[in-house]
Amino acid sequence: MNAYQEFKIIGSRPIRPDGLDKVTGRARYGADLSMQGQIYGHVVRSPYAHAVVQSIDCSKALAMEGVLAVMTGDDLVKPGNEMLGSGEGAMALKDLVPMVMSQGKVLFHSQAVAAVAATTPELAAEAARAVEVTYEVLPAVTDVHKALAKDAPILHDDRFPDGYPEEPTNLATHISLTVGDPDAAFERAEVVVEQTYSVPMCHQGYIEPHACVARVDAAGRVDLWCCTQGHFAVRHYTSAVTGMDMGKIKVTASEIGGGFGGKTTVYLEPLAVVLAQRAGRPVKMVMDRGDVFRATGPAPGAETRVKLGAMRDGTLVAADVECLMDSGAYNGNPAGIPAFMATACYKLTDARSTGRSVYTNKPKIHAYRAPSIPQVTLGFELAITELAAELGMDPIDFRLMNAVEEGDANMMGAPYKRIGLRECLEVARNHAHYQSEVAEGAGRGVAMGYWINAGMQSSATLNVIADGHVAVLTGSPDIGGSRASMALMASEVLGIPFEHIHPQVVATDAVGHTDLTGGSRTTLATGQAVIQAAEQCVAEMCRRAAVEWDVEPGVVAWSQGAAHYGDQSLTFEELAARAGAMGGPLTFSSSLTATSTAPGFGVHICDAEVDKETGRTTITRYTAIQDAGKAIHPDYVEGQMQGGAVQGIGWALNEEYLYNEEGVLENPGFLDYRIPVASDLPFIDAVIVEVANPLHPFGVKGVGEVPIVPPMPAIAEAVYQSTGVRFRDLPLNPPKIMAALAKS
Amino acid sequence: MNKPLNKMAVQATINGENTAFLCSPGQVLAEVLRDELELIGTKIGCNTGDCGACSVLLDNRLVCSCLVLAAEVEGKSVQTVEGVANGGELHPVQQKLLEHGGLQCGICTPGVVIAAKALLEHNSDPTEEQARYWLAGNLCRCTGYDKIIRAVLDAAKTMREEAA
Repeated sequence: MNAYQEFKIIGSRPIRPDGLDKVTGRARYGADLSMQGQIYGHVVRSPYAHAVVQSIDCSKALAMEGVLAVMTGDDLVKPGNEMLGSGEGAMALKDLVPMVMSQGKVLFHSQAVAAVAATTPELAAEAARAVEVTYEVLPAVTDVHKALAKDAPILHDDRFPDGYPEEPTNLATHISLTVGDPDAAFERAEVVVEQTYSVPMCHQGYIEPHACVARVDAAGRVDLWCCTQGHFAVRHYTSAVTGMDMGKIKVTASEIGGGFGGKTTVYLEPLAVVLAQRAGRPVKMVMDRGDVFRATGPAPGAETRVKLGAMRDGTLVAADVECLMDSGAYNGNPAGIPAFMATACYKLTDARSTGRSVYTNKPKIHAYRAPSIPQVTLGFELAITELAAELGMDPIDFRLMNAVEEGDANMMGAPYKRIGLRECLEVARNHAHYQSEVAEGAGRGVAMGYWINAGMQSSATLNVIADGHVAVLTGSPDIGGSRASMALMASEVLGIPFEHIHPQVVATDAVGHTDLTGGSRTTLATGQAVIQAAEQCVAEMCRRAAVEWDVEPGVVAWSQGAAHYGDQSLTFEELAARAGAMGGPLTFSSSLTATSTAPGFGVHICDAEVDKETGRTTITRYTAIQDAGKAIHPDYVEGQMQGGAVQGIGWALNEEYLYNEEGVLENPGFLDYRIPVASDLPFIDAVIVEVANPLHPFGVKGVGEVPIVPPMPAIAEAVYQSTGVRFRDLPLNPPKIMAALAKS
Repeated sequence: MNKPLNKMAVQATINGENTAFLCSPGQVLAEVLRDELELIGTKIGCNTGDCGACSVLLDNRLVCSCLVLAAEVEGKSVQTVEGVANGGELHPVQQKLLEHGGLQCGICTPGVVIAAKALLEHNSDPTEEQARYWLAGNLCRCTGYDKIIRAVLDAAKTMREEAA
């Protein structure tokens, strides 16, 4: 049961408070701040994908006029086995440091090996070219199967996953889970399908490159500005990588130009700090677009074998999933998620799932929107669709028969509370899109998806201003409208106008610890901190009114922005104006580790038409349906659903990292790494289903990540229906489709 | 003796103001707008003319300012996102982007505002398809373009009604 059953302003669509700055060009992003006296950093990057760094000589660079500092990996800490962060931010220091700068060995092309700082960007670039590095070049391996072969070059000779201690291999992680007795269940099954599916490595493709500016004063205090999904994480990681005291580092999050998981770590920030300290001047660093593609963490490519067993009546009885993922050069831990979550949408008491990840000479993978689950879901959902076809069942009816509901458990064991998957499937089945005829030549696909959603730590501070306005301070970078959500929630509790709430994202020293904007957690967890701080404000205002009226606080009621007792009332504005005389400034803070999280589910319907002459696929109609719990600001919930669906469309049809034999990325730019453009797409019909999250005061569920999960299998099925050819390896680009059509 | 810095003096009309700046011969307009003139609304997403975040109007023509040398604007007129609103009054494209929630992170928004304004100056009644093709050079990774296209079509309608 939720604390709030009826809403006055939640669910409305006011203009976001930060919108004006963003449509007029005033909003400041990562590269938009300059500090007094700043100079410019430039990174020296490896021209080889696998090499031992024999020597680095910075002397010629340092001797150039205007070059004020140089550094190498020796100037960062030497990591042991320390673990950093938690939840989606968790990683080992030894997997973080080399993504900032290599130490002794380079394991992917364009890995940082040194950095310089000079008075102009041009001079810094020239100085970077003057740094002399000698390499002993080693053979590179970029394919996961080749990396697992006996004669493969080994990236790490000191790393052994649990249970594989004998010989060094490129196996990074191996995790296998079983519930019930899948082998016996397959024996019992009347229909079995088994196929292998693959998805390529791809990039989050945020439009804003990484950027920061750092100043270090004579006392060693660091002032760091950067674009990030979590400035508290930047503080932690920068401290861990440089060895500086965390307490001396202040991080301010700029506006952020997209992240999708890719800005939940550090690349340039520790370098800027070290260079700034050495130079005694602030250092600004902006990553080149090519380096964003070549040297920041993409999403892992994956190959998934799926075996499913069902009875003739449509009951799914067994699953066996094996997912092989590309970790890149260091451990990005991609394999656990498919192992734990591959089967999460289905009632399955007998299942096995295995995840493995492999080191290759590519940048270490990093989070991308529902990390690792779209890859395994391509296989699982397509196999489900293929199985439904074998059984002669409608794909939605088959899913409805087997979809999880309250009380069912997934591979992680804990039963679901109230979830909305079945509701989404019902809405899909009855939707005009699904009821419509498929156009001649086109095909239709349906798929569903799951994401666990994070809780983690959040804080909020609420300062009441004398005129009755309120500043709401949080530490969650606003990546897609969260200030609007925070203001709506504060307005709802306080009963004062939305326009009187002024939400701000403040620096690490100005609000309590807050984990990153990720895991679809901000509206849920930071929102809950805002709700709690606002409730404290209401309680204190009621207490003050009770003192004024000489009554027990319990008898004072709060409604419509005022305290009431009998026919007496004191408005929010009056209490704000008289705060000094009634007990002092009104300021409230709340911090929490959110335990209110609920998983997200979505169902997508896609119509696609393949041009048999050119192999080009056009998405002709697309509907995304999702359980949002309670949509605080529906525009931005729909926006997440539409944006996530389109990222999935891009991954399904075009996006792919292309490496050559030397391990050099061949398409490190938006021309050749083609993300969807406006003319590629139809309108994306976003249908919000609201099944309240019983654990959250407003019923909120995370919404940001789920929408990227169903598109790939939905589109692959639509392409099959349009062409009559089964595609199980993505992306479905024109050359691949033409080749398959020619063969068929 | 100081090493010569080799700077050129350029004079142009920028957002309606007669403006002078110094630049290197190889410096692109986007960089000068941002670093010399503090017009940071123009964003650099790729520096290769692929993303459209640096879109400006050069003598009323839509260009990527990362592909224009700063020295080329001598004597010309440049409009950036900062020059689109009329004082406190937003252009209909800006207003409709806000009303439709046509931005999430907002990094592509300045380029979208400039490109959409240029579209509506060329074509007061674009079809959805025309709007989609006109904006195909402005990459947005957040929105899936849905609410952007709705906002632009709605802005066109508003402008037609205001003109009628």
